[in-house]
Amino acid sequence: MTQDRNDILTVDGLKAYYQMDYFGVHREVRAVDDITMTVRRNEVYGIAGESSSGKTSFIKVLAAAIRPPMRIVAGTAKYDFKGKSFDVADATEAQIEAVRWKHLSYIMQGSMSVLNPVRRIGKTFEDFAKRPLGLSGTAYKERVQNHLERLKLPADVLSAYPHELSGGMRQRVTIGLATVCHPEFVIADEPTTALDVVVQKEVLGLIREIQQDMGSSVVFVTHDMSVHANMADRVGIIYAGRLVEEGPTRDMFFAPKHPYTAHLVASLPRIGDTTQRPALEGRPPSLAEPPAGCRFHPRCPLAIDKCKTDVPPLETVAPDHRTACWRWRDVEPLVAPQRVSEVMA
Amino acid sequence: MFSVIRDLTRYNIEFTIGMILVSLVVVFAGMSFFSPVDPTLIYMAIPDQPPSGQYWFGTNSRGQDLFWQLSAAFRNSLIFGITVAVLSRIISITVGLLSGYVGGWVDRALMFINDIFVAVPIFPILVLFYFVLRNDMDSFTLALIMACFGWPFDARLIRSVALGLKQREFTRHATFAGMSTPKILLEEHLPYVMPIIFATFMNNMLWSIGLEVTLAVLGFTNLNNPTIGTVLYWAISHSAIVVGVWWWIVIPVILIVMTFLGLFLLAVSMNEYIDPRSRLRRMGA
Amino acid sequence: MHSYLWFFGKRVLQLFAVVFCGISATFLVTHLSPIDPVEQVLGRLSARSNLSPEAIAATRAALTEMYGTGQPMLQQYFNFWARLLRGDLGPSLLAFPTPAMDLVTRAMPWTLGLLVTSTLITFVVGNLLGALAGYNPDNRFFKAFGLIAMAVQPIPYYIVAFILLIVFGFLWPVLPISGGFAMDVRPAPTWQFAGSILAHSILPALSLVLVGFGGWFLGMRALVSNVVNDDYVTYAELAGVAPRTIVGAYVIRNALVPQLTALAMALGGVFSGTVITEQVFNYPGIGSLLIDAVNYGDYSLVLAVSTVSITAVAFAIFIIDMLHPLLDPRVRAE
Repeated sequence: MTQDRNDILTVDGLKAYYQMDYFGVHREVRAVDDITMTVRRNEVYGIAGESSSGKTSFIKVLAAAIRPPMRIVAGTAKYDFKGKSFDVADATEAQIEAVRWKHLSYIMQGSMSVLNPVRRIGKTFEDFAKRPLGLSGTAYKERVQNHLERLKLPADVLSAYPHELSGGMRQRVTIGLATVCHPEFVIADEPTTALDVVVQKEVLGLIREIQQDMGSSVVFVTHDMSVHANMADRVGIIYAGRLVEEGPTRDMFFAPKHPYTAHLVASLPRIGDTTQRPALEGRPPSLAEPPAGCRFHPRCPLAIDKCKTDVPPLETVAPDHRTACWRWRDVEPLVAPQRVSEVMA
Repeated sequence: MFSVIRDLTRYNIEFTIGMILVSLVVVFAGMSFFSPVDPTLIYMAIPDQPPSGQYWFGTNSRGQDLFWQLSAAFRNSLIFGITVAVLSRIISITVGLLSGYVGGWVDRALMFINDIFVAVPIFPILVLFYFVLRNDMDSFTLALIMACFGWPFDARLIRSVALGLKQREFTRHATFAGMSTPKILLEEHLPYVMPIIFATFMNNMLWSIGLEVTLAVLGFTNLNNPTIGTVLYWAISHSAIVVGVWWWIVIPVILIVMTFLGLFLLAVSMNEYIDPRSRLRRMGA
Repeated sequence: MHSYLWFFGKRVLQLFAVVFCGISATFLVTHLSPIDPVEQVLGRLSARSNLSPEAIAATRAALTEMYGTGQPMLQQYFNFWARLLRGDLGPSLLAFPTPAMDLVTRAMPWTLGLLVTSTLITFVVGNLLGALAGYNPDNRFFKAFGLIAMAVQPIPYYIVAFILLIVFGFLWPVLPISGGFAMDVRPAPTWQFAGSILAHSILPALSLVLVGFGGWFLGMRALVSNVVNDDYVTYAELAGVAPRTIVGAYVIRNALVPQLTALAMALGGVFSGTVITEQVFNYPGIGSLLIDAVNYGDYSLVLAVSTVSITAVAFAIFIIDMLHPLLDPRVRAE
């Protein structure tokens, strides 16, 4: 794939598997199985999918955060930070160190346990941010305090311990930690799960503000479609380790071109609406023994014989809109567009 | 059950070694049931004979065939260890499950007692008991006393598991269905706690046999009853090393190290097998 | 602050309860025994010499008064506590008429020195190496070390002490194997005396360290292997925090908390180990004292040593408990 100047991340044919040897049994879990996509500068890219779809493994690879038994077996994931190229698949420790936190940062899932329980927040900030910022003394303090103000966190949060803060505050601290160095690429893994709706709205707003402020790109992973509707410029759907559809958010919601996407969008609830929602039968496939052909075929209402044997390629079917389905022309949105726009308001 | 053992033997070298060592010792101890000599009698054989075809482990200065002496000693010590472990399991399970499940003041009271038992150093107390009971203290009494001191650690462990179980759904279902507390504890919670019990059983055996050896070596138990410790006591009091009867010391020490190492390896490998996190670690890099 | 006081208060109460129960138990055990200390002493005296019946009667009366055995149990119990709080437990038998407490106070520093130093060394070194082993699980040196630790750890104190005795006493006699200091050195604040003490303490300390080390190493290694997978460690590594900071402030600091609890629980066992080691190496601490007392049938001394050891261990556990909130800020909030 030719690299567009406007792309900050180019993923090409990425495959990452868990390879395990347990008491003589060899197991290979294909968590990321041939994904090709790009993320542009200054955009919010949402990644959606069910649990155990492989989306967390995917972003772990993107964050250069995988460890044995998980390994990249093929493909590349190239970043372009201010002209410097950086490929996760074959980066050295030194290269990763230089990029970490300054250009590429990560908001991890689970604000409860992400902060060191025996260390004050201020010290944690120093551990994470002092080196990449390259500041010290008053310059460093000012920078941190300004950033905290932006996040609407009181200055004395620096002297507190994690267990003394509420869940929402902790999440804001985590966001602050990840963004204080103004990285160009931020990966957020389920940042609002386990938060109540009110706090959720705050946190999402915060992320959007910071993203627009810094002009960085944010890759947002969540299974909650309404969050994508609110935040993402483009959405990519991952199913069983593969990217099955990708496109601008509006198009994805109003005119999905993959049966799975149609179901995901249809799952959004609306107060007062008591019509029965169509449910998908079955469960996501095991990534160790995925079905042949299109991996969605056992659960797909539109499946034909071809789907059971031939893997549909990801092809462009509309401007900036790709899908991997043999019958994409036959895909109808399962809910009225009007409902969708209400959610997206 | 057998598949577990087979898996462990095949892929966990510690378990295999432990199994081999312990089996050797158990077989050795078991031979004492067929002993042609009475191990409590002395001066039945020519004293101070080095290991030979007739006396496989030699004889000691008291005129006993060391092989049969040690065999009986190990049998007694192992039985002692098992007795203590079983008795203290009973106490720790009862206290742990009850404390964790019932909670409230019962929990506080039991844990308070638990802390007291943990804080008191057991050795002076055992010495005190010996001081008071002298030769009236037989193996079983000692086992009882030790069981009374061996339960606190494991009771706490079981209690924390019980606390977790209390919150689980199936417990609430059982309560709604009208199951009585003892029934719930016995039938629903006990299976969950079994792995911990198994692993701590072996640790407890190690601890109790070690303590018994220590007491005996100092001369603080019934010295006519052959156990590992008393064999060493007599060896030391007859100055075995100095006199040159090295086999009286060296062979028991080797057997002791084998026993302890074997039991320990079994406990550790079983612990690792049971704990899912360590299993995952083994699966990985 | 208020919560800390509450925490402190609870622990103090517990300390008193433990000491009270422990000492009462000691009292119960000794007084419910079939042995009558008076008769025991008399037996010993009359075996050595010829006493007239009047002398025996007079001695018996004096001893009964001294041991307080003539009175009902409850009264004895109160007297016992009264005298204990005064620090008086009667004269010892093996060094008659030196008060038992004096003998104990003379022997305490030796045991304390041995115990504190060896426990500190074992804890610090064992945990440090265990943490490094847990953080670098593929390092061959640590793997080998772990195997050795596993092999030595289950062996009881006595055996290890004994093996050391044989090795350094008969096979390679470079270190002194008996006593607290050389016989020809006068106890005075001189370098010679200090050196002698040091030389004589090496073997006892070594046997304690060898046995205790394995436990801390293996425990810490297991703890660290778990902590390393905790979210905050993964996150810190992901963010490129300096490895030294991660190992120190993130991993060890968190893994140390349960180890501190383990230390408190292990103190009873360590104390027992010290007693045994002293016996093997003839070290003049309260361990040797206890064993001599038991062998001699010295009632007062046995009581004295028991009460002091129970109190000392309980107190040590209390101090360690007090250190907890310093290490773990979550405890402060309770």
